[in-house]
Amino acid sequence: MRCLPVAFAVAAIPLATAAQEASGLRRVAPPGASSCSGCHASRPAAGLAVPWIAGRPAAEIADLMAAFRAGERSGTVMTRIARGFSPEETRAIAEWLEGQR
Amino acid sequence: MRARLQDVLLPSSDPAMPGHFLPQGEKVARAQASRSPTRRALLGGLTAVSLASILPRPAIAQARPKVVVIGGGFGGATAARELKRAGLDVTLVEANATYVACPFSNEVIAGLRPLEGQFFGYDAIRREGIELVQATATRIDAEARRVTLADGAQLSYDRLVLAPGIELRFDALPGYGEDAAEQMPHAWKAGSQTLLLRRQLEAMEDGGTVVISVPPNPYRCPPGPYERASLIAHFLKTRKPRSKLLVLDAKDTFSKQRLFEQGWKELYSNRLEWVGLAGGGQVTAVEPATRTLVTDFARHGAAVANVIPPQRAGRIAEIAGVADRSGWCPIDPVTFESRLRAGIHVIGDSAIAGGMPKSAFSANAQAKVCAAAVVDLLADKEPATPKLINTCYSLVAPGYGISVAGVYRPRNGLLADVEGAGGTSPLEAPRQTRELEAAYAEAWFRTITADVFG
Ligand SMILES: Cc1cc2nc3c(=O)[nH]c(=O)nc-3n(C[C@H](O)[C@H](O)[C@H](O)COP(=O)(O)OP(=O)(O)OC[C@H]3O[C@@H](n4cnc5c(N)ncnc54)[C@H](O)[C@@H]3O)c2cc1C
Ligand code: HEC
Repeated sequence: MRCLPVAFAVAAIPLATAAQEASGLRRVAPPGASSCSGCHASRPAAGLAVPWIAGRPAAEIADLMAAFRAGERSGTVMTRIARGFSPEETRAIAEWLEGQR
Repeated sequence: MRARLQDVLLPSSDPAMPGHFLPQGEKVARAQASRSPTRRALLGGLTAVSLASILPRPAIAQARPKVVVIGGGFGGATAARELKRAGLDVTLVEANATYVACPFSNEVIAGLRPLEGQFFGYDAIRREGIELVQATATRIDAEARRVTLADGAQLSYDRLVLAPGIELRFDALPGYGEDAAEQMPHAWKAGSQTLLLRRQLEAMEDGGTVVISVPPNPYRCPPGPYERASLIAHFLKTRKPRSKLLVLDAKDTFSKQRLFEQGWKELYSNRLEWVGLAGGGQVTAVEPATRTLVTDFARHGAAVANVIPPQRAGRIAEIAGVADRSGWCPIDPVTFESRLRAGIHVIGDSAIAGGMPKSAFSANAQAKVCAAAVVDLLADKEPATPKLINTCYSLVAPGYGISVAGVYRPRNGLLADVEGAGGTSPLEAPRQTRELEAAYAEAWFRTITADVFG
């Protein structure tokens, strides 16, 4: 049996509430941002070789990414990754990262 | 706290399942479900279902949206945490009490690392308020939005995330049934199989030939067989110097091929031979009693044989009706929702993710995108178009790392490579770069396992 339209309207209220709670906790990650934490730890840990990026100023991250993209900064893997993101996408990721602590 | 080896590798008393890792775990799960605290979770799920049939809809609808995740590996455990952090009511169904990670298990086979380093528990996940049910999901009713567990308990959901990994196809290679894996281990699910292959290599008399059989695409971890070949060759070079390694492959090309071949030539030149499809490398049958691998052109007797069989999506995917005739699950690349059943999302190895390889990295990245989409869909919002990254590191030898990376976005209904991005480590690189990548590989494993289980 399928729900009546009335039931749907009622159902929409708690769903929206949950989503609002979610957005209050953390801003939604822009495209690509949630993949960075595969290598860059979201919490500090001792002795990790990969540099720390969460919580750093957005402008700094965006500049580093631009340098990787342009090949002005060398790296083992970041040149290959940075080229997958436009300057706008990179800026959105950098701003989101700044808010991650 | 890390689990101890004996807690994870319990002896099997089931003759139908001789020492296989997963089924043992499932059995333990069933035995424990009746007395562990997760029993309450099962009853909770049951109540929800029975109420659903009695009460009018609005009463149910007032509850928080409920998401059930099946499979607590790299994909499912990540998804459960992301969904929980977004404020949803999350139940994670996982057959085993302890997860045994595959990445870096090739190092275990080569004696470079203890198996215990691959063990991860679910305590941190439980502490986050995720309802962890240690049981095997056996049925899914997509219409009624209900999961049935092995002991008959039921869980209802608003949306379901499936991350069951792979099923090894014991019907695809003549001679290679489950029993054969005790003679010719696959070691493609980490655990007792990993140790079996390790022990066989240790016990082998010097001068013998080790044979690895590699299946056609697609399968879990495309560069995995070649990393394994590299590290076994390293083991032979250092411990059994008169022995050889033969890789019989059902393909003519493979992931990071030029980098691997370069490393092999440099490090293992007269020790490791790779035979591709065109050279007669496809194994068409095996004879476990004599450890013989048969191709169209020859019969290869092995001192140790590692047979990696063809694979398909975890069995529950087929039961749920989300696997297509290929054995894998077609999905929408924005939401990871099944193209075959509404309300069911599939991530990780089971999914057909276009250009994205079946890796732990992919499973984790897909889980995060999928969780965000599920949150949006439950709030009647349109999910944003995602971008995802994958990177697979491999070791050619200890301290010698190489990688392949890709950036992906939805295109023509699949996840496609962003052009101009990604690719492999450079062919021309100083040894120092390879050392750095080996260190980054190790860092990646620590970071991702902390992200998923820590
Ligand atoms: C030798 C080897 C080396 C590898 N190296 C790397 C590497 O370096 N980097 C990398 O990124 N990837 C690597 N991989 C690949 C990686 O292990 C997989 O891609 C990854 O585990 C996929 O995650 P998943 O969540 O889809 O599935 P899994 O990790 O397999 O998790 C599935 C889980 O679901 C559970 N489950 C299944 N069915 C049910 C059910 N019905 N009920 C309850 N629970 C169920 C299982 O118990 C399991 O815990 C390697 C693989 C191998 C074999
Ligand atoms: C495969 C692992 C991996 C992934 C995924 C990854 N990085 Fe990196 N990152 C590295 C490594 C390794 C370095 C060190 C430079 C190098 O070798 O490429 C680095 C360096 C950086 C730096 C320079 C930091 C410094 O202080 O020098 C920035 C900025 C950065 N990454 C941002 C990102 C962003 C943003 C993402 C996601 C879009 C991302 N990274 C995804 C591995 C990764």
